[in-house]
Amino acid sequence: MKKSIVISGLAAALLLAGCATPPPASTAAPSATAGGATTAAAPASDFTACMVSDAGGFDDKSFNQTSYKGLTDAVAQLGVKQNEAQSKTTSDFATNIDQMVNAGCNIVVTVGFMLGDATLAAAKANPDVDFAIVDFAYSDESGANTAPENLRGLVFNTGEPAFMAGYTAASLSQTGKVGTFGGAKIPSVTAFMEGYAQGVKYHNEKKGTNVEVLGWNSESQDGQFIPGASPFEDLAGGKRVADTLVAQGADVILPVAGPAGEGGLQAAQASGGKVIGMWVDTDGYVSMPTYKSIIATSVGKAMDVAVFEAIKASKEGTFNNEVYVGTLENEGAYLAPFHDFDSKVSAETKAELEQIKADIIAGTITIEA
Amino acid sequence: MTELTTPATKRRATFQWRGIAITVAAFVLALLVGAILMIVSDPEVAGQFAYLFTAPALPLGAAWAKVSSAYAALAVGALGSPAALAATTREAAPLICAGLGVGLGFRAGLFNIGAQGQAIVGAILAAWVGFALQLPPVLHVIVALLAGLLGGALWGGIVGYLKAKTGAHEVIVTIMFNYIAVGILAWLLTTPAFLRPGRQDPISPEVHPTSTFPGIFGQLHVGFLVALLAAFGTWWLIERSTIGFTIRAVGANPNAAGTAGMDVARTTIITMAIAGMLAGLAGVQVAIGPAANGVPTPLSQGIVGSVGFDAITVALLGRSRPLGIVFAGLLFGGLHAGGLSMQSIAGTPLTLSMVLQALIVLFVAAPGLVRTLVPFLRERRAVVAGGQA
Repeated sequence: MKKSIVISGLAAALLLAGCATPPPASTAAPSATAGGATTAAAPASDFTACMVSDAGGFDDKSFNQTSYKGLTDAVAQLGVKQNEAQSKTTSDFATNIDQMVNAGCNIVVTVGFMLGDATLAAAKANPDVDFAIVDFAYSDESGANTAPENLRGLVFNTGEPAFMAGYTAASLSQTGKVGTFGGAKIPSVTAFMEGYAQGVKYHNEKKGTNVEVLGWNSESQDGQFIPGASPFEDLAGGKRVADTLVAQGADVILPVAGPAGEGGLQAAQASGGKVIGMWVDTDGYVSMPTYKSIIATSVGKAMDVAVFEAIKASKEGTFNNEVYVGTLENEGAYLAPFHDFDSKVSAETKAELEQIKADIIAGTITIEA
Repeated sequence: MTELTTPATKRRATFQWRGIAITVAAFVLALLVGAILMIVSDPEVAGQFAYLFTAPALPLGAAWAKVSSAYAALAVGALGSPAALAATTREAAPLICAGLGVGLGFRAGLFNIGAQGQAIVGAILAAWVGFALQLPPVLHVIVALLAGLLGGALWGGIVGYLKAKTGAHEVIVTIMFNYIAVGILAWLLTTPAFLRPGRQDPISPEVHPTSTFPGIFGQLHVGFLVALLAAFGTWWLIERSTIGFTIRAVGANPNAAGTAGMDVARTTIITMAIAGMLAGLAGVQVAIGPAANGVPTPLSQGIVGSVGFDAITVALLGRSRPLGIVFAGLLFGGLHAGGLSMQSIAGTPLTLSMVLQALIVLFVAAPGLVRTLVPFLRERRAVVAGGQA
């Protein structure tokens, strides 16, 4: 009895919801939504750009997602078609790359060093398809590029803007202690932390300050990381680590931990204005608006730009295996605007940062990260 | 689990038919729920339902196009060609092995939640033998295989020992051992012995070709035959050997088994060691079994994926019997292989194939739920069952 009432209720709801008149335009057969459901604004093209994620998935608010934005930008601006595959385990990588090649992709972009072997093997097996890989480059011991003609590594010298962030942090610190922590001890994370620490050191040398870096030691090349099996997803773990840094006196925190870095921002927010946060990969003021009042600046890593450029080059037939290195100079790595902190960063510091940027580009300041 | 008390073959046969019917119904229900999810989650298709009564062809056509293309891709990716079938066997092999490990535990009344950790330890040892040692071709595979089996057996055996000698509950201990295995792998991947020369990324060198399971056809490799052999061995162990009889007796009633003079503690240790060995074999499959590009995936964090947890569902679906586990493993392997092509061909997220797996297990694990939903199906199913009998 009860069931029939529920069913008739549902039917009534459907009846009410289902009485709209279809717009005349759509009397044509509805488009099958196979293939990623994209409506291109730019003139349509048969060129297909594809992407394979690492285990994270494209909604990780971090590097998979930023790279994915490069693909969607290409769809919007170049009119290419898109296709993508997420991976559940590491053994899916090879399958997914194969599937993308079989689906007729002209360029396949893979995200993360974990896909390095599978991407190289696929590039060798499919010389007609272009490949690009984010956060990885192929080189031998002498540093020479060993990638085949159709494979481009996309790497980012994030130490450069992190150096500027470290300099900014040192200038903002009241306690004389600034902090950073990472998701895991992998080069793409530690590059930020090392650059940050060197920026602080540079500030100490130039301005005679004695600001201490907590969470990273340039000498031992080791620091504070979130423990656990999936540290990049462990938001609570990020907050705990940040709280420890705050307890030790740090009043500027740079979390380098993907989604878990949000825990660092939470710790800063909880301090009621005493602790300043920074963000990495994207401009946190834009991507994490909840925390915009406490984000002084962000160390940007323009993976979307690099991916977009690789797709564009492939479409225009100018693709080559030359490694793309994002730097301050080509804006593949950048220091985001100060936004709300614009008034708190002194004009002197801003001028010095401009000088540092010029010096880094000119090569008079070198960052070993 | 109650096979010791089999009263009459006839009742057993009808029970199995009902079990199969419920499994099939669970599968159909899961596909139906999956179809609804696909329609609801795609705004373009869901939006068409505003015209359900004015122009029913629009929403129904859109929904049909969506669902049929996705399920067609799933079927093609899992069964559509010899190559797809080979891919299914490759995906199934580790699931079968780990499923056997969990299922064997069930038969002895032990909840082995630690297949994940046992597989990780197996994968670590097999991969290490694969990339660090130089051995002649056939011998290399065998040594890597044995190393992985030994690692899994040890990891499971410790749990059995703790359970038998101290009474520590195996669920807690196996879960904790999963964490320990994950931690050990993470730590090893920072040490020079496991790091790839010249790299700081936590990834090991590729294993030598001599230590790789040889391919047979497409992605089908010797590892699948090893998995079938393991299934046969487990069947023999459970149904034909003295140890197996003891395992079933202890599983049915440990107190009665003890009173009958069986060594319950020893049986617990042996069962967990063998279960760990089978789960370790799953780790071997991923460590030295070639992936789609013909080369095994190098050891890294996440090498075994979630095989240890999927194995629990495989064992449940296979009702802890080796043959059932082989079919359940093939089903899940097919769902995964098909799920990957579903996302590349039909643009359906990979998560949907995981949802399908979860739904199938949900319906299988809750036969009462299926029976409640069945009034729609029961008449039809009765006809079908009658026709088959």
